Amino acid sequence: MELVMALAIGILFGSGIWLILRPRSFQVLTGLLLMSYAVNLFIFTMGRLWIDRPPLTLGAHLPDPATVADPLPQALVLTAIVIGFATTALYLVMMIGSRGLTGTDHVDGREPDQ
Amino acid sequence: MNLAWDQHLIMVPVLLPLLCGALLIALNERRHHLKFFINLGSVICLLVVAARLMWMADSGHWPQGIGVYLAANWTAPFGIALIADRLAALMLLLTAVLATAALLYSMQRWSRIGVHFHSLFQFLLMGINGAFLTHDLFNLFVFFEVMLAASYGLVLHGYNVTRIRAGMQYIAINLTASLLFLIGVALIYASTGTLNMADLAMRLPAINSDGLALLKIGVTVLAIAFLAKSAMWPLGFWLPAIYTAASPPVAAMLVLMTKVGVYVILRVWLLIFSGEAGAAAGFGFDALLWGGMATIVFGAAGMLASEAPGRLAGFGAIVSSGILLSVIGYGQPSLVTAGLYYLLGSTLALGAFILLLELIERLRSPGAAVLALTMEVFTIEEAPDEPVGESIPGALAFLGLSFAGCALIIAGLPPLSGFVAKFGLFHALLNPGVAGSIPTPATWALMALILLSGLAATIALLRFGVRTFWAVGKISPPHLPFTEAAPITLLLLLCVVLTIQAGPVLAYLERTTADLHHPQHYIDKVLSEPVIPGPLGKKEAQ
Repeated sequence: MELVMALAIGILFGSGIWLILRPRSFQVLTGLLLMSYAVNLFIFTMGRLWIDRPPLTLGAHLPDPATVADPLPQALVLTAIVIGFATTALYLVMMIGSRGLTGTDHVDGREPDQ
Repeated sequence: MNLAWDQHLIMVPVLLPLLCGALLIALNERRHHLKFFINLGSVICLLVVAARLMWMADSGHWPQGIGVYLAANWTAPFGIALIADRLAALMLLLTAVLATAALLYSMQRWSRIGVHFHSLFQFLLMGINGAFLTHDLFNLFVFFEVMLAASYGLVLHGYNVTRIRAGMQYIAINLTASLLFLIGVALIYASTGTLNMADLAMRLPAINSDGLALLKIGVTVLAIAFLAKSAMWPLGFWLPAIYTAASPPVAAMLVLMTKVGVYVILRVWLLIFSGEAGAAAGFGFDALLWGGMATIVFGAAGMLASEAPGRLAGFGAIVSSGILLSVIGYGQPSLVTAGLYYLLGSTLALGAFILLLELIERLRSPGAAVLALTMEVFTIEEAPDEPVGESIPGALAFLGLSFAGCALIIAGLPPLSGFVAKFGLFHALLNPGVAGSIPTPATWALMALILLSGLAATIALLRFGVRTFWAVGKISPPHLPFTEAAPITLLLLLCVVLTIQAGPVLAYLERTTADLHHPQHYIDKVLSEPVIPGPLGKKEAQ
């Protein structure tokens, strides 16, 4: 389980890093997206994995903290997803604007040989 | 029991810009004056609130000078606490001052070249103020993102090709830095189980060696994100391009945003890795010191090499960041006091300088640009229609004098505040306050670099000044509206006040530094802040 999780995060992040170093803005955008997925997964595990722990819910009596899942990473990852999604959407708008104004999708706004 | 009314003031610097910004979205762009005056009213309120918070922190109103506001009435490690202490109040005041100047400057022209300038401006203020006040790492992330999202919009304000090109890189770099921020936060939570800074500092001495290694990695990753914001070499190459491209009022606010990174480093490092932190004490200070010095070299070389005025200002901001980071990394309380004084003066002067540059650009006739063939002439694509409004007399004298004032402060020459700041830095470096200690190579290197960067700034600014004011031949005095000249005068006058009132200001900063270097008070105060019992709580107590 740990290995699968670590490999998934590693592959996502590695692909993301490779993509944000590419010259086309769409590749950079995809790279940022992949990296944000990797980071979200990483926050969710927060350094360790638990299985068979129910979420923290209000019951008749006080829940034992040792038997329920840590609610904080869940809250953090939700916030991170929302913010990451919004900023990536903003980058997409920029990208389209840049394509329209400069006529190229190169990240520098001009083709390298010009 | 209710909170005293003035306790709620801690929340105002975040709430007021949020509400005003939201209100301004709904107003039609044609009602430009109304929008401007709502914005200005909000900024002036922020100024008053920041001054009041500063008074409350410094006058003994709060024990230890720390005001704690428990958002949603949860005690500190569980809920989010907003903290106003001397440092936070000072930075809030600096923000409000610079915002007033930038806003006044934008009235004639810059706020009208696109839509939603005023809303974005308010959201930017909300993000910056929140970052200064918050006391929780994840909440800090949220405020950073608010600030950055608003800054993306403001950088692109007045959409043209230059801004789009610079903005693409700016956004990509900041998105990547935000991802690093999240990784750092996750690692810190994994190793300590908390994100509240006071709780983190309290738990640190008890942490085992595995957790400590994880924590160090986490803090390092987190620091990379902040250092990219504060443009430490080699993370600061994005900065000059964006300063050149952004409109002047926005660039002036960007100067402040590099200082937010420095502020967070100062806060987190002194709180977490101070002398009481056990095995982790002193972690990373050397990296900050030498990284800061490399930044000074990079910035000074850039100032010498750049001919476009916007780049000159950008590299000036990099030098200022470098000096501040190495001051923090040096790890000596008296040096931090002088460093904070330097921060105030250099931020105000760089802000004024950036606003001034655009007015100076109006002086340059097209002939001057042809003469200086090597100069990268940066063109503003939207037609610069002649600004309307009352012109001030003696425009040329005003431009020349203001330029000289900015140059004196940025280069650190007497008699203005830049000199006092550098004198204070040298004094602190040569008098460490510990008997029998001799200056180390790092001390000499830092002093030499500060002097050399001053020299580089003098040469670069002199060259620019001579070319602009003396070498262009016959220049006709430009049309300077009052609202564009006033903010520059305001900022420079504040620098003069800083110089004349250096004694009281430095005394305040000394108290600030003393607070920062004794985090135990801070930790106790934050963690012991009681909640306000609500109506239901009272019933339970009976």
